[in-house]
Amino acid sequence: MEAIILQILNGLDKGSAYALIAMGLTLIFGTLGVVNFAHGALFMVGAFCAVTLSRILTLSHEVVDPTRTDFLGNPLKIDVPYAYDWFGQATGDAIIDWAVPLSILFAVPVMIIMGVVMERGLIKHFYKRPHADQILVTFGLAIVLQEVIKYFYGANPIPTPAPQAFASSMDMGAALGFEAGQIIYPIWRLVYFVFAAIVIGCVFAFLQFTTFGMVVRAGMADRETVGLLGINIDKRFTIMFGIAAAVAGLAGVMYTPITSPNYHMGMDFLVLSFVVVVVGGMGSLPGAVLAGFLLGVIEAFASLPQVLDVLPGLNQIIIFLVAIVILLTRPRGLMGRKGVMEE
Amino acid sequence: MTDQTEQHATSAAPAASSATKPSTKVLGLGPKDFKLMFLVVVLTMAAPFLLNPFPEGSAMAQFNAGYPDLMQRFVIFGIFAIGFNILFGLTGYLSFGHAAFLGVGSYAGIWMMKLLTMNVIPAIVVSVAVAGLFALVVGYISLRRSGIYFSILTLAFAQMSYSLAYSVLTPITGGETGLQPKVADPRILDGALEAGASPRANLFGLEMGAGFEWEVGNWLFTFNAGYYVAAVVMLVAFYLSIRIFRSPFGMMLRAVKSNQQRLSYTGLSPKPYTLAAFVISGMYAGLAGGLLVAMDTQVGAERMFWTASGEVVLMTILGGAGTLIGPVLGAGLIKYMENILSKINKDILHEWFFFLPDGFENLMVALVYPFIGKGWHLTLGIIFMLVVIFLPGGLVEGGQKIAGLFKRGKDADASKTTPAE
Repeated sequence: MEAIILQILNGLDKGSAYALIAMGLTLIFGTLGVVNFAHGALFMVGAFCAVTLSRILTLSHEVVDPTRTDFLGNPLKIDVPYAYDWFGQATGDAIIDWAVPLSILFAVPVMIIMGVVMERGLIKHFYKRPHADQILVTFGLAIVLQEVIKYFYGANPIPTPAPQAFASSMDMGAALGFEAGQIIYPIWRLVYFVFAAIVIGCVFAFLQFTTFGMVVRAGMADRETVGLLGINIDKRFTIMFGIAAAVAGLAGVMYTPITSPNYHMGMDFLVLSFVVVVVGGMGSLPGAVLAGFLLGVIEAFASLPQVLDVLPGLNQIIIFLVAIVILLTRPRGLMGRKGVMEE
Repeated sequence: MTDQTEQHATSAAPAASSATKPSTKVLGLGPKDFKLMFLVVVLTMAAPFLLNPFPEGSAMAQFNAGYPDLMQRFVIFGIFAIGFNILFGLTGYLSFGHAAFLGVGSYAGIWMMKLLTMNVIPAIVVSVAVAGLFALVVGYISLRRSGIYFSILTLAFAQMSYSLAYSVLTPITGGETGLQPKVADPRILDGALEAGASPRANLFGLEMGAGFEWEVGNWLFTFNAGYYVAAVVMLVAFYLSIRIFRSPFGMMLRAVKSNQQRLSYTGLSPKPYTLAAFVISGMYAGLAGGLLVAMDTQVGAERMFWTASGEVVLMTILGGAGTLIGPVLGAGLIKYMENILSKINKDILHEWFFFLPDGFENLMVALVYPFIGKGWHLTLGIIFMLVVIFLPGGLVEGGQKIAGLFKRGKDADASKTTPAE
């Protein structure tokens, strides 16, 4: 039982990332009908928003400390972050420590602007072109974004730690009433899951309970009719693109303590997220979320040592296997809508 | 892209009908195709000269591409792209997992070299056969869906093959270290190696690494056996692709691209045609994989990574999907950039902008530097985006547009016909 719970927990954090990215992909596909290969790059850019903010916060200037000397007897020079000067040492430390969660505030506007610029500047011109062209141009964009990040931040992963309060592990077993010491789980992963659940909840609530969301849903169902009613659906879809970019960015920001960001992390996630979208059903938001968590958990179970003894390497291919089986048996995916992407 | 295809199809139709006159056909090619084929033959055979236009030791010598390793890559990836184009250019099915076939072909080839003989013929033949079989399985399953689903399915298969080759199948694939022929391998057809000799790929005794260098004045031309073997294979592959493009089968594939529904209304099932195209293009990829092994006798799993699949897509689109010569041009351009552009460093840039005042020199270097050296992928990405946005027909379309500008004065109709197709 403990082992099963542990694997479910292990699957949840990756599943959360899959679900968030897949949801963004589905939002874009469902509204604009565009297959966005640059979505993984947006995830990566989000992660580097966190890196950038933590670098900005730790910007420091040199101060000579007359009370201490270095080994040559000269007065010691120490780096003091500007944050200390402005907020005092204790608050400054706390701000630097909480750089990753603070990056959310920084990443949301950056990502929304980026998404809107991307849609208005580039993708707008590709609505009438075949899907293959959309894939290709966004693929090209992904390469460019990736290389730009690589140019500024280098090719090596940049460790970005979580706040001290969340950096340790906790004993989930004791908390859930099992034997202590059986289920040790890093707290940040739990935070990530809760965060993902909140973001997903917010997006669904936004679509379900606001007038804006209602119009967008109507547009997803029948764009032409909504346009005929005199509603500027394009503008709303552009904003949805921005929101989808922000969701991907947030997924990236919060993922930085789990995996140190590097410039090609987005591509690795993108391939799997596409599989998730297709398994969930093209254009179905609940499907994308469900499939994201499902595949994350399945992947975790396939990594159990007991399973790997029987079928070595299963954890590497299980997601693709599931995808192939589902696509062949349920061509529309788990919760696909009829008439979406059916030529 | 659809309307473009139709335009291609209609412009190709009169050319094909005129080509049916027996008097104008040479080797089964119409006059236009024969000219193209002849041009390609001349260019590939003279490549060691043409790619080495700058004398040794001059400042421009770094732009010379006439060294064996790079020339081999030109033709091998040319084959890969020609094969990909048969699938994507004709049927419009965008496969994102083609590198898997190249990798499978490579593994099959290296095993022939380990078990049978260092002669490249069995390695290449088996690579093609194994890749073809693998493509048959993958294609049979993937082609049940179309559009984006097809792309994802092929991507899934390729990533699966990559992961398997990297982890579980290590006994067969060598995992992270990859495979290369060892002295201790059985090689039942070859005699025992002389003491101290290492196994080298050869064609009936002619070593792939062999070649002779010819010095003319300051120029140094290298004629490499491996390159010419690969080039001949590429010419055969190119000839076959022309024949496929002009055949009734090729017309069927174009029909699949322009309107599948209408095709099935005429009572024809598109599936056997697309599957055949898929297998053929898989075999081309296997051929490229086998040749890669024949040239450098080593394989690693990274050859199957999905970025490698993406690269062949880039090559084909950059050159011009659906055209005959486009994929070869694209492959050449990308490999050239990969090898030449990535070699340029800051010192060389400083030399170039030497004539400018110091401040401007540094500014120019700072401006250009991100796009060269390690940043060549950025240049590639930008060029690729520009091509997809402004020139969906690739470099070939660009060339036609330029040619059209010059021809307009003489004959308006002449500019409409496509030189490559």
